[in-house]
Amino acid sequence: MPAHLTNKAFNPWDEIQRYQDGHLQSGHYGATASFVGTMRDFNINESVSHMTLEHYPKMTQHYLDKLCLQCNQQYELDDCLIIHRFGDIYPNEPIVLTVAWSAHRAQAFDACRYLMEELKSNAPFWKKEVTDKGERWVHNDIINNE
Amino acid sequence: MSISIQFFASLREITGQSQTTLSYEPSMDVLIVWAKATNNMVMPDNTLCAINMEYVKTDAIVADNDEVAFFPPVTGG
Repeated sequence: MPAHLTNKAFNPWDEIQRYQDGHLQSGHYGATASFVGTMRDFNINESVSHMTLEHYPKMTQHYLDKLCLQCNQQYELDDCLIIHRFGDIYPNEPIVLTVAWSAHRAQAFDACRYLMEELKSNAPFWKKEVTDKGERWVHNDIINNE
Repeated sequence: MSISIQFFASLREITGQSQTTLSYEPSMDVLIVWAKATNNMVMPDNTLCAINMEYVKTDAIVADNDEVAFFPPVTGG
């Protein structure tokens, strides 16, 4: 049930395969649900060249570890995984990966969404976008349901 | 006998500091910590607060050696 923070670009599909091969019991899980959040090159009708994702390192790790543990118990998962970027991020790079493995699809789908929704609501990250007009902090009211 | 205070994102820019320390005083809540650490700046609406990596409200009482953090609404994911 790990949560990893990284300032390096990552390939979410490779990470899923690697974690699955290394930590999941073959034949035990029947459903794998994943979500990948990827950086766009636009937001609220403006081009975005890149962004910096700031976080509160100690609290972020603490929060995501706790979220994984709670999600695993709540949805009776085989396992779950969160990988989240911080630092400078460019369009088309994955920002976040959430994965849930379970015996059946309902728990996997629900758990994967739960991980993302909780993370977006509570994990202490802050996006600062760089546009043609300069830098701006992203606020909840201009996220546009990303 | 001290507490550490951290500011993140827009609150770091508004207050002009990423971290500071205060002498611990009994019965000090988070709102008082903000006032002392920022020279009585008005706390922006929607400011989030944490003590030792757990979310708290502004009336939470701070203990000696606590780490108090102030930051805006989160925008990860």
